[in-house]
Amino acid sequence: MKKCVITVVGKDTVGIIAKVCTFLAERNVNILDISQTIVSGYFNMMMIVNIDDISSSIADIDDELDKLGKEIGVVIKCQREEIFDMMHRI
Amino acid sequence: MINISEVNETNNMVEKENLDVRTITMGINLLSCADSDLKVTCDNIYNKITSLAKNLVSTGEEIAREFGVPIVNKRISLTPIALVGSACCKTPDDYVEICKTLDKAAHEVGVNFIGGYSAIVSKGMTKSDELLIRSIPKAMASTELICSSINVGSTKTGINMDAVKLMGEMVKETAEATKDQDSIGCAKLVVLCNAPDDNPFMAGAFHGVSESDAIINVGVSGPGVVKYALESVKGEDFEVLCETIKKTAFKITRVGQLVAQEASKRLGIPFGIIDLSLAPTPAIGDSVADILELIGLEKAGAPGTTAALALLNDQVKKGGIMASSYVGGLSGAFIPVSEDQGMINAVNAGSLTIEKLEAMTCVCSVGLDMIAIPGDTKATTISGIIADESAIGMINQKTTAVRVIPVIGKSVGDTVEFGGLLGYAPIMPVNSFDCSAFVNRGGRIPAPIHSFKN
Repeated sequence: MKKCVITVVGKDTVGIIAKVCTFLAERNVNILDISQTIVSGYFNMMMIVNIDDISSSIADIDDELDKLGKEIGVVIKCQREEIFDMMHRI
Repeated sequence: MINISEVNETNNMVEKENLDVRTITMGINLLSCADSDLKVTCDNIYNKITSLAKNLVSTGEEIAREFGVPIVNKRISLTPIALVGSACCKTPDDYVEICKTLDKAAHEVGVNFIGGYSAIVSKGMTKSDELLIRSIPKAMASTELICSSINVGSTKTGINMDAVKLMGEMVKETAEATKDQDSIGCAKLVVLCNAPDDNPFMAGAFHGVSESDAIINVGVSGPGVVKYALESVKGEDFEVLCETIKKTAFKITRVGQLVAQEASKRLGIPFGIIDLSLAPTPAIGDSVADILELIGLEKAGAPGTTAALALLNDQVKKGGIMASSYVGGLSGAFIPVSEDQGMINAVNAGSLTIEKLEAMTCVCSVGLDMIAIPGDTKATTISGIIADESAIGMINQKTTAVRVIPVIGKSVGDTVEFGGLLGYAPIMPVNSFDCSAFVNRGGRIPAPIHSFKN
């Protein structure tokens, strides 16, 4: 299974998760895990998603997420999971 | 499964602490390009580089984007050109033609630098080695993206003092030939002892004859990450300090390993090595000198600097070695002056001298690197500096190097600006006592006793 980690960081506001999840659903991205906290007033979310059946490329999704982030006023990044696995798991 | 704090830690390293992969370097064997005709040789070289490396830059950018880690440089290292051109080059100008071909290929594929305008003369110089060496000033002046390196000694062979003498003159002539640009030609020219065959870092990268046809080597970096980690262990003892550096080096290297494997897979070229070097940049916070200061020194160069650097270098290797399947290249902390804001500050404050830097080169990778010296420094004095560094490398069985820039028209008190990753540097004073009788003796320094292991 090919997985990506999506991180969303920014000022907390209503509907961030809803908008990001709707976006992902439209592109056939399956969410496997979500964790979210507020760190000193800042919204901080991480999702692990399955991208096996996505309808466009990772680069396109990353671009569109970036655009969506700008609309909501948060920073959204989509990265392949391996980078985190390599760094934190032996 | 990965948790949010681990994800944040990785992303903070990239966003706030300057974590990056410094270079993906593709090593290319050019021996198959040699021909007795210069034009044919140049065409063969151009075609081989532009076909093998045509996707290098775009692949690097793709990987950087998918994994969210910057890959700063994409580079190429080549078989030492003195070998490739030996059948067709009859004059130094013939070698300059090859160098121009390399520059054209570098621009075509979009890489930052090509290394390998090199000769390995640790024991003796062939006629073609000498022609290449004599072509360096003109070659560096008439190209933009080509780096030259000459290996003048090794633990197994001793030091070729004829080559050392000649290189002092060539450094000086290269400075003259590029004096309109603050002698920048010398920033692309390095003289080495015990040069590794698989170094991905410039200016000393070349694709040694022990390597396969093409290979991917990756240089990691991350002084900023180590610095940030050490900020949380101020006042702790050496055990805690060393453990912190080791763990950080492990994490940094794992990123390099992933990028190397991915680049190798996508380009269809085998993975060679990871070079575990802490390579500073002029960016604030991305400095090896800053790490030394966090270890407990007021300024880099203060008493204790050599010990602190030795410790740092060793822990980086210990942490990094387990993180990668193959480690090679230079693998250690770099201490270039112009590329490290902390080092520049230390020189300006009067804390760091060339002599102290020379001591530091005994315990870390490479040597006197990116040091601007007065333009009127004699060629024999530069040869003397090269001989000293080579001796350190030869006796300690390590790589050492000299990349000094005698900036024509400038003297102590002036500053020189190279721009980009090469940074800027205050001109440092050089011991002005004469060593020409030593340098002019001719011949070679025999291999040291501990090289006779058979």
